[in-house]
Amino acid sequence: MSGSSGGAIVLRNVTLAYDGHPAVHRLSGEFSRGSLTAIVGPNGAGKSTLMKGMVGVLRPTDGLIQPDGLGGGGIAYLPQHAEIERRFPISVIQTVLLGHWRRIGWTRRVTRELCEAAQRALAAVGLAGFERRPIGTLSAGQFQRVLFARLIVQDAALILLDEPLAAVDWRTSEDLLRLIASWHREGRTVAAVLHDLDQVRAYFPDTLLLARECVAWGPTREALMPQNLRRARDLSETWSGEGENHRSAPGPWRAGLAGYPDPLPASGEREGSA
Amino acid sequence: MTLYDLAFGPFAEFGFMRRALAGCLALALGCGPIGTFLVIRRMSLMGDALSHAVLPGAALGFILGGLSLPAMSLGGVGAGLVVALLSGLVTRLTPLREDASFAAFYLISLALGVLLVSTHGSNVDLLHLLFGSILAIDNAALVLIGAVASMSLLSLAVIYRPLVVECFDPGFLRAVGGRGGLVHTVFLALVVLNLVAGFQALGTLMAVGLMMLPAAAARFWVHELWMLSAASSALAFASGFLGLLLSYHLDLPSGPSIVLVAGLAYFASVLCGSRDSLRTLYLQRRQPAA
Repeated sequence: MSGSSGGAIVLRNVTLAYDGHPAVHRLSGEFSRGSLTAIVGPNGAGKSTLMKGMVGVLRPTDGLIQPDGLGGGGIAYLPQHAEIERRFPISVIQTVLLGHWRRIGWTRRVTRELCEAAQRALAAVGLAGFERRPIGTLSAGQFQRVLFARLIVQDAALILLDEPLAAVDWRTSEDLLRLIASWHREGRTVAAVLHDLDQVRAYFPDTLLLARECVAWGPTREALMPQNLRRARDLSETWSGEGENHRSAPGPWRAGLAGYPDPLPASGEREGSA
Repeated sequence: MTLYDLAFGPFAEFGFMRRALAGCLALALGCGPIGTFLVIRRMSLMGDALSHAVLPGAALGFILGGLSLPAMSLGGVGAGLVVALLSGLVTRLTPLREDASFAAFYLISLALGVLLVSTHGSNVDLLHLLFGSILAIDNAALVLIGAVASMSLLSLAVIYRPLVVECFDPGFLRAVGGRGGLVHTVFLALVVLNLVAGFQALGTLMAVGLMMLPAAAARFWVHELWMLSAASSALAFASGFLGLLLSYHLDLPSGPSIVLVAGLAYFASVLCGSRDSLRTLYLQRRQPAA
């Protein structure tokens, strides 16, 4: 793995707007080299917007986003489901091979080494033998594994995951979390938007608690203190009347966290104003 | 009259029929893959809109240069590209969705086109522009259609990979810097070029039929992308062949004849195609239960 020394991203007073609405306000901090950070917060907190800003598809209206030490692999980014055409006639192995994009571009040949790397990645996500299956025949969990195989193939120093476990079953999410942990061990920098605070506590050393502004950013145990979660909820009430899709769904982990608004969106649904 | 006379006689006998058939072959080669991508990207209506948008440009060319192929083609390409760019701009700068802005522009250009032709030409000219005529395919038109088909296939070969990714996962292409916007623009330009190539034979209103109907029909038979393209091209050529015969024997306008044959192929595919057709969805489901 060439990208094994992780990249970093420094945020300086970053403000991001989405569809003309402010979504992230004056955020400063750093996803440091080799860190593994969960990004959590209520619906509409700007988590997805922050991801888009870091990938570079959304330009900050103010402040600076400075990537550092990304090398040739660049940023590997897993957006939320909605943008992918699941009925598209493409096979599993072709989807994974797209991870080589920076090496193959528009027209360069897919060599045997690249194919083998893709097959190894498929095996690593537990889908050996699925190479020729059309993606339309996969379950949501299997498809998410395919996208993780594509991330492996991208071999990036910085990996950004937007709700990677939103629509998958328990076993798949355990497997994918183990993969994320292995990327962390390889020294890559990883940031993921998550909703399950138990998973965050179990796997993520650092957490950014976001509610359009930064509520807490640091070691997970401190960032997820009850007073921080309460503050995130209070902040979210200032925008929850904006008419976007902030409907509640029962969360499996809410019991021990009285007062924290349920941030679980319906699976597969995009976050309206985030 | 033997079957041979019915099917091949007109082509053996008349040069204009042979040219029309060759034109249909070239059109089919270009329209197959392009129609496939339009269907797969859910841009069928956009193809329709662009075909209407070609009309005022062709009319303008007609007014300035008479029934001259270069003038009408240039006008058509110009108008098509202007509408494609303007509606793209409206979509980007305002919350209006792309299909709606395309619809707005094509209604405007259709009205403008009909107005231009009817004030400056006869009804025969208008009918010719709207519905085409096999007699219009002279050698120059054939060269134009062949050039457009060749260029389309070459360009598609270059942008094939990013175009596929742009259809399948546009977010990924954006994130890896794959220049999806450029690919989208090139693809729309190819759509316009093929529509202009088609309007000599089929007319502006019908040109898109040879693009969409075979591609929509192919979807009921095969799955893989290259198979879809090949099947669309084959269906388009078959429709051209049968449509030309129909038009010749029954003295019908060629454009509607060809498109109606393609339409018949579409209905047949919806009813009894091998994938997801009504037959496979409803007849075969009953069998295991019985």
